[in-house]
Amino acid sequence: MSIFLNENSKVIVQGMTGSEGSKHTQRMLASGTAIVGGVNPRKAGTSVDFDGASVPVFGGVADAMKETGADVSVIFVPPPFAKGAVIEAVDAGIGLAVVITEGIPVHDSTYFWAHAQGSSTRIIGPNCPGLISPGRSNAGIIPANITKQGKIGLVSKSGTLTYQMMYELRDIGFSTAIGIGGDPVIGTTHIDALQAFQDDPETEAIVMIGEIGGDAEERAADFVKANVTKPVVGYVAGFTAPEGKTMGHAGAIVSGSAGTAQAKQEALEAAGVRVGKTPSETARLMREIVGA
Amino acid sequence: MDLFEYQARDLLASHGVPVLPGGVAETPEEAEAIAREIGQTVVVKAQVKVGGRGKAGGVKLAENAEEARARAQDILGLDIKGHITHKVMVAQASDIAEEYYFSYLLDRSNRTFLAMASKEGGMDIEQLAVERPEALARIPVDASKGVDEAKAAEIVDAAGFPADVRDQVIAIAVQLWEVFIQEDATLVEINPLAKAPDGTVLALDAKVTLDENASFRQAEHAALEDAAAADPLEARAKEKDLNYVKLDGEVGIIGNGAGLVMSTLDVVAYAGEEFGGVKPANFLDIGGGASAEVMANGLEIILSDPAVKSVFVNVFGGITACDAVANGIVSALGILGDEATKPLVVRLDGNNVEEGRRILAEANHPLVTVVDTMDGAARRAAELAA
Repeated sequence: MSIFLNENSKVIVQGMTGSEGSKHTQRMLASGTAIVGGVNPRKAGTSVDFDGASVPVFGGVADAMKETGADVSVIFVPPPFAKGAVIEAVDAGIGLAVVITEGIPVHDSTYFWAHAQGSSTRIIGPNCPGLISPGRSNAGIIPANITKQGKIGLVSKSGTLTYQMMYELRDIGFSTAIGIGGDPVIGTTHIDALQAFQDDPETEAIVMIGEIGGDAEERAADFVKANVTKPVVGYVAGFTAPEGKTMGHAGAIVSGSAGTAQAKQEALEAAGVRVGKTPSETARLMREIVGA
Repeated sequence: MDLFEYQARDLLASHGVPVLPGGVAETPEEAEAIAREIGQTVVVKAQVKVGGRGKAGGVKLAENAEEARARAQDILGLDIKGHITHKVMVAQASDIAEEYYFSYLLDRSNRTFLAMASKEGGMDIEQLAVERPEALARIPVDASKGVDEAKAAEIVDAAGFPADVRDQVIAIAVQLWEVFIQEDATLVEINPLAKAPDGTVLALDAKVTLDENASFRQAEHAALEDAAAADPLEARAKEKDLNYVKLDGEVGIIGNGAGLVMSTLDVVAYAGEEFGGVKPANFLDIGGGASAEVMANGLEIILSDPAVKSVFVNVFGGITACDAVANGIVSALGILGDEATKPLVVRLDGNNVEEGRRILAEANHPLVTVVDTMDGAARRAAELAA
């Protein structure tokens, strides 16, 4: 098993005809993902050729779902139109909406998250690399050739640290690796992923990567203590970040004593999570646990 | 982006929130002119983005224009917790009968907006929240519904505002919500919201934080940026669309992805402990597609920082594979030519790493050292900067 995404997932791409959207659609197809359609109201009825694979373009998410049975949408729509794209996916009843777009105003993401409450849609992101269940399906921009299917589950706020950790543990492999994004408001949290990995029989151990800003890691630590019986190792980036400066990700900012890496590490350790000082030490801790 | 008080005040006023007459001055003469126009007792306030300016001598009353000029003279240039005062706000002074508090903000933890209100304003709200939490009403606001008059009344009544100001505060709560939504703010705060002796409720001080992600639809916000305060290297980096933050160390850092770069800063700081406390000199994320041009722009900024003694290029080859990154580094050094004068430690990992390392080895640039691991490369860069 894997979480949120598997070999039966049928994926559509909102924004497939844009430059990022088409580049990554090509990559997702090449890694074996079942891309069943794209969405662009102005190009409905046409199709796009990706190295011999012809992908139909639909006018809307609802049409695409009706025609193809799609249950996942990967969204590359630019920031001014991203809120509308997510709302459309939610209203169409898609199971999973993966929002790759970076730079969405937080009023828009807070709005679409509120709009999705009580719906059947899980949102991942925004400003995230998406998720991959290696060997099964790849929804987003995570490179598919880093590692293989295996027994580690990974959840991370950061894209490149996700790739780095997958690479460090590439011989062991991953059930699913999810980048949840570095924005202040995100759909799927560390806690949601931890719960899913806990429930997934294939996942034997979990890596959790956090960074400065907010209190998601502290809350995740409480959750691990109360609900997770599988071993968890952690890593937190941003110990040396100065107060009041945004470090790349919109959500990565220390405000006064809130959101520091130190506080997050302490909370995780208090919950029994072993926390590495560097990414490679974190990988070593995981190796000790899985005996590889 | 945090605004100065005078900018916040103007923004609130433009949405109808009642404020007192006033203006901003950069010289004592300008302060005098504003005070003369107001024609009664004024308060001269240092414009700095830090709390506690009253205690630091940054807020003074002046009974007439000449006095306003003298007080502005005292306050301009004042160092308040490391922030130099370049501007003062001169505003009509008001007697205060009662002080309240009102704000809207983004509640990250609960992924919603939050209204906070109290009939006990004026003091530090974080202190009030700790000492007397029952005095601070906290009402979530559904982002898809917003604040209308009924919601505003719910907030105002939860905070227990006195009956004689209830209607005025409800009206202000609706106007302030307009500011919050229409300006893409993540914080709008009035403290104090004051009742004057005649019963009028006014915003006497305000804080506003704006979301920079919304700049595509908030064109006028660019003018609110404090260009004077920006670090010159940060300003140049911004012109080149680079995500750069100046820090106070000696090892220049370039990496791809915000998380990896933050991690790189940490690893360099740990390694630096062995070499007399060497620290990272900057944060620079060149993003997923590390083209030669972006790499050259990044290197150029970092090498022009006189504090930098060595540079650590830490790239994970994902979407852009390592061979492309290596070519980017080689061409960047070619573009920079003699401007490149400091040693570079390069660590590449990920897709096509062997080819990437081969390209760097073949180029055999005298300034470049390739180290295989992130920890080892950080150590080497710290050593070179010591």
